[in-house]
Amino acid sequence: MSDKSHDSNQMTGAAMIVRALIDHGVTDIFGYPGGAVLPIYDEIFQQSEVQHILVRHEQGAGHAAEGYARSTGKPGVALVTSGPGATNMVTPLTDALMDSIPLVCISGQVPTHLIGNDAFQECDTVGITRPCTKHNWLVRDVNDLAKVLHEAFYVATTGRPGPVLVDVPKDVQFATGTYHPPRKSDVHRSYAPRVKGDATQIRKAVSLLASAKRPVIYSGGGVINSGPEATKLLRELVEVTGIPITSTLMGLGAYPASGKNWLGMLGMHGTYEANMTMHDCDVMLCVGARFDDRITGRVDAFSPGSKKIHIDIDPSSINKNIRVDVPIIGDCGNVLGDILQVFKAEAKKPDIKAWWQQIAQWRARNSLYYKKSNDVILPQHAIQSLFEATRGKDTYITTEVGQHQMWAAQFYGFEEPHRWMTSGGLGTMGYGLPAAVGVQVAHPDSLVIDIAGDASVQMTIQEMSTAVQYELPIKIFILNNQYMGMVRQWQQLLHGNRLSHSYSEALPDFVKLAEAYGAVGLQVTKPADLDGAIKEMIAVKRPVLFDCRVAALENCFPMIPSGKAHNEMLLPEQANDEATAKAFAGGKALV
Amino acid sequence: MNQPASAYFIEERHDPNETHTLAVLVQNEPGVLARVIGLFSGRGYNIESLTVSETEAQKHLSRITIVTTGTPMVIAQIKHQLDRMVPVYQVVDMTQTRRSIERELAMVKVRGQGEHRVESLRLADAFRARVIDATTESFVFEITGNTDKINQFIDLMRPLGLVEVSRTGVAAIGRGPEGM
Ligand SMILES: Cc1ncc(C[n+]2csc(CCOP(=O)(O)OP(=O)(O)O)c2C)c(N)n1
Ligand SMILES: [Mg+2]
Repeated sequence: MSDKSHDSNQMTGAAMIVRALIDHGVTDIFGYPGGAVLPIYDEIFQQSEVQHILVRHEQGAGHAAEGYARSTGKPGVALVTSGPGATNMVTPLTDALMDSIPLVCISGQVPTHLIGNDAFQECDTVGITRPCTKHNWLVRDVNDLAKVLHEAFYVATTGRPGPVLVDVPKDVQFATGTYHPPRKSDVHRSYAPRVKGDATQIRKAVSLLASAKRPVIYSGGGVINSGPEATKLLRELVEVTGIPITSTLMGLGAYPASGKNWLGMLGMHGTYEANMTMHDCDVMLCVGARFDDRITGRVDAFSPGSKKIHIDIDPSSINKNIRVDVPIIGDCGNVLGDILQVFKAEAKKPDIKAWWQQIAQWRARNSLYYKKSNDVILPQHAIQSLFEATRGKDTYITTEVGQHQMWAAQFYGFEEPHRWMTSGGLGTMGYGLPAAVGVQVAHPDSLVIDIAGDASVQMTIQEMSTAVQYELPIKIFILNNQYMGMVRQWQQLLHGNRLSHSYSEALPDFVKLAEAYGAVGLQVTKPADLDGAIKEMIAVKRPVLFDCRVAALENCFPMIPSGKAHNEMLLPEQANDEATAKAFAGGKALV
Repeated sequence: MNQPASAYFIEERHDPNETHTLAVLVQNEPGVLARVIGLFSGRGYNIESLTVSETEAQKHLSRITIVTTGTPMVIAQIKHQLDRMVPVYQVVDMTQTRRSIERELAMVKVRGQGEHRVESLRLADAFRARVIDATTESFVFEITGNTDKINQFIDLMRPLGLVEVSRTGVAAIGRGPEGM
């Protein structure tokens, strides 16, 4: 090594952080300054390769980084100060852990000699974030920093992706040490995710699929995380085998909603045909999903007659909730490729005409039915109008959490992966607006819409200011039912309609609020005005808060009542008071 | 089953519990033990016994031995959850995959005089416990063996003036020439 290159690798810890970001191809980060990260902010100021987006609350930085990651397939990066900066990151880190989103968070820490002293803005960041990260590090020596940063990016983005955190004390940021670019030896030898599936298991899977009479594919977010190749292969597998396909909330878009084998989403608010197909199938291929409790309903009655194949990169997902017959540990894309290859060489399309006829009967029940009105906007109708108005456009959708989220999943047709950003595992209200900020930063020319609820949107509304500052023309489409609708629905169904604290009292005037932020406010109350207003929203090249006043008491159906199986769904036309009362018969909730 | 109305399905599982001893090879770095313990408390798994010590200093390797109980499905989960942690090299179920030897060491303080004192010494001899401290009215015995043997010894000492016990927890190793 020449002296010169040696010299150029000598730098402060703060400079190493910026250098490592550049070396990992990071072009945008989301953050908020404070005492313990000032040296890093000083470095950011003196360069132009990494753009820093200043949020208004660290939670916003975390969700923005999640939206960025989910819409690009690249890791999202957040930078926060010690103490409150770090604790404000706990929600997005947990969110990213639950939904397997690659996130790298760099946090400042008090100087090493003060750690443990209850110093100003000190908290045990690695202790607090240990259970909500895939891994985390406290760096005490500047000469370890490069290695740890490179390892952090590697761990976040490989295997089952997830959030990581690197905590850097302020003295380490100031100290000078030796930087090195990423190299293989930066990673723990103990960390080696398995990518390739077992060949014998793959053969078993193919023979099950080929001999199935009533097969189904159930795909999840893992397919999207695996990358574009996995999506392509999944579509090809559906084509080659002719098997019907459903997906989890996280998996929407891997198979196009307009595809002929699409059954709609499954689970608690999934379609009747998807859930019945799952219940009655004889062979189930689960790809990159994890048999979550919102999906399975009652576990002991979950798809009782089927042989189950489960592809997952995380061995701990296998046999966690549901016992499967053919587990295949590996990357979805890799395993799907192998399955396809063996299938094409050795198997024929299964004969499942009768199965499709059965599915057609279930479909005919029209489980997403709702009654339109001329007087009041039905939330389902609003989503359908939004979908029609954005069809064929380069659109990304984020959501908050609640009824509006489920209606978005049911009524917005996703044709491509990475277009749908929602908080699935953690169900974080306040996710959608900052996530939209992150998506718009990654895709400045695309149409980015947060389908929001009146309650959720208030949790991170401050990020409107970020959107205005960076001229990010995000559209916040609020289905304003003046309730925490999902809470109200459960209270109606389970708690004798005692609507304890679920009314959105003292709602702000969203139009004025938008204007106060320097954004555009729109309000619509009549169905006849809806399409025009949506057009206007799309045409505006500035951030918009769209207050869409919808029917206050609409419930989200179909629904699998708790403790019930897939074939005991409550359909909208049956959901009169009596049937609902019966389906939900029982005492008060204990959990 | 009549379950209360709830957003969650309340399920009772009736699989019988099993006790397993797991040997976990980890990178010896700050926080690694907290990670392992946090996994058990966070996910509601049981720890019956836990021992940890560095075993190969140059390679920064430590070995954690955990005795845990759970249904077969839970035991399998525990192993996978441990295995996917970044600093964990290997998890071996000593109960399932190996014929293994398990040992624990205990120091047992007994206070008494006359007949009780003689009896405690006689029993210690039968259990091959050593006297490692003595006064005119007390002994400290050192005993090694499997958990059952130590429990038995402690039970016998109780009526003879047992004062306190300090135990190391279980260490385990596979029989035969192969390492883990
Ligand atoms: C941070 C957070 N707190 C509480 C909840 C519980 N919760 C789930 S949905 C919901 C109501 C959401 O209301 P709104 O945003 O208006 O959506 P709607 O259901 O009315 O469409 C609440 C409080 C949550 N998911 N996240
Ligand atoms: Mg609402």
